[in-house]
Amino acid sequence: MSVGQAIPTMVGEPPDDELQQRFLYEMLLIRRFEEKCAEMYTRGKIRGFLHLYTGEEACAVGAINALRDDDKIVTHYRDHGHALARGVEPNRIMAELFARVGGTNEGRGGSMHIFDVSKNFLGGYAIVAGHMPIAVGLGLAANLSDEDWAALCIFGDGGVGEGEFHEALNLAAIWKLPVVWFCENNGYGMGVPFDDSLANDVYKIAAAYQMPSVRIDGMDVLEVYSATQLALAHVREGNGPYFIEALTYRYRGHSMADPELYRTKAEVEEYRKRDAIERLKRSMIADGLIDEPTYQALVAQVDAEVDEAVAFADASPEPGLHTLYDHITKEYEGESG
Amino acid sequence: MTEMRMRDAIREAMREEMLRDDRVFLMGEDIGAYGGSYACTRGLLDEFGPERVRDTPISESGIVGAGVGAALAGFIPMVEIMTINFSLVALDQIVNNASKLHYMSGGQVNVPLVLRMASGGGSQLGATHSHSLEGMFAHFPGLTVVCPAFPGDAKGLLKRSFREPNPVVFIEHTALYGARGEVPDDPDHLVEFGQAATVRSGKDVTLVGYSGSVHQCYRAADMLAEEHGLTADVIDLRTIRPLDMSSVIRSVRRTNRAVVVEDDWKFGGFAGEIAAQIMERAFDWLDAPVARVAGKDVPMPYNRNLEYAALPSEEDVVEAVLSML
Repeated sequence: MSVGQAIPTMVGEPPDDELQQRFLYEMLLIRRFEEKCAEMYTRGKIRGFLHLYTGEEACAVGAINALRDDDKIVTHYRDHGHALARGVEPNRIMAELFARVGGTNEGRGGSMHIFDVSKNFLGGYAIVAGHMPIAVGLGLAANLSDEDWAALCIFGDGGVGEGEFHEALNLAAIWKLPVVWFCENNGYGMGVPFDDSLANDVYKIAAAYQMPSVRIDGMDVLEVYSATQLALAHVREGNGPYFIEALTYRYRGHSMADPELYRTKAEVEEYRKRDAIERLKRSMIADGLIDEPTYQALVAQVDAEVDEAVAFADASPEPGLHTLYDHITKEYEGESG
Repeated sequence: MTEMRMRDAIREAMREEMLRDDRVFLMGEDIGAYGGSYACTRGLLDEFGPERVRDTPISESGIVGAGVGAALAGFIPMVEIMTINFSLVALDQIVNNASKLHYMSGGQVNVPLVLRMASGGGSQLGATHSHSLEGMFAHFPGLTVVCPAFPGDAKGLLKRSFREPNPVVFIEHTALYGARGEVPDDPDHLVEFGQAATVRSGKDVTLVGYSGSVHQCYRAADMLAEEHGLTADVIDLRTIRPLDMSSVIRSVRRTNRAVVVEDDWKFGGFAGEIAAQIMERAFDWLDAPVARVAGKDVPMPYNRNLEYAALPSEEDVVEAVLSML
């Protein structure tokens, strides 16, 4: 498998200096947060399945920074990076991973199901492609309420083999819904290469549903940002959905349980040479936006934030057993809503 | 009160709720110009237009999921799944998403979604089109499962479903769409969930049913009275989650015998749940083991005689009662 060329010509608003600083900060935050998660998992602080996002940071940061606050996001189970890019507090994400009361979901959801309604972050979903029809419903709600917010639906290449992918793309197309479909193609559905899973390239499959469909370099945050801006402008104008296939790579296994028998260390090293953080850092140094000392200071700042998240999570209590039945259903108060 | 058929009561409930609350909209396969496979939405397209009465492709998982998404964004969608048989291809959305998102999000989101579907055998449609899966849905915490037996209840329960902040699976028996009954005209006529109705009173046995099986219980009670001089309590559960066991227990403590009737298979079925709860709460009052009259343990046959043999009948109910005396 190789990363292909970007299909579209990148136009739109170029990210200004401040935005590039933010991209660098957020990608670093995700990188260091995820590395800390791996450490906390091996120490038994985080349990269950843990799917880390290192290597794919440019997708979350580029795509989500193109959104407005009132746009809504649904994503898959490798969701910490998306939540962080959306501004969900690292403390509360880490506390959720620790299964504590201070977590985003009060310890009910775990790594694969981060929700933060205050950020219009409507969840990580752990059944592959199961959230894609939900994005259709969000787009439908935007249209029915005559508002111009959009839905961003992030999923992996593994989702393309599911029936819900095809149902969702078709529904969004026939109803002209403001949904940006964002496929993070990291090359593998668990351990099976996507070349062995799909009859055609992802963006070509999507194009069959009569929507603009582009393949971009998902390890270039500036390109992801520009492509998502274009996509959002398209869907906001009532032109129907837009599809982005971002080619990316995860440095770690599918989950912490993955022995990675299906790929070589050399392949991983090859992709690390294209690392999104390193690329942005180099170009920002070349442009005189940062230098090595300011970069190191940024790393130290991020590390302090991640350490603070761990401390917060550790200090947060576990939910009491008396709360076991809380939140099964919302209480009926005589009116719906 | 107005006498109307079940399908008209269901339509009237949807119509009134759409007039009352503009967040309510309907979508489903052929609910528009066709008027719904069982004619429950006939006329609503003309009255409310294609935005609020939305025909969909045959994509059950897609449209149920779209209902979940629209509900998350503040709407109150009703998704009609033509028959309960097709709900099986939408189970991921119902079970993994609709029923769990409130809990899993720590109470941050809720899913006010109404799923209507037609259920039951008896029409020679063969094994794939004759399921009674009410009990399966009742298995999942987070879902409300409504199974009306009479038009008046259907209207009040469906209107109540639109006001529920959580997902409701509203199941209609195909054999009852043409059944007539008195329906209250009051636009605020609501039937509360988890309240069974005693539709007939007696002293010798308690017959428990929901949806179509309530009518078998009722006819069996007639036969018991006319042919055997026995009287029966007939309890219509109306919703099977939440389940009003208190009404059942009160009755059983008085009659000392119980027969639970349902169309679904007996093995692992919902009747077993009711029987177990009677045993847990009224064991000392029982004069005989609780009997279950349910579907035979076979895929539904096409042949008319075989299908009749596979479904529970009022004769089976009478026989079960007589065997416990």
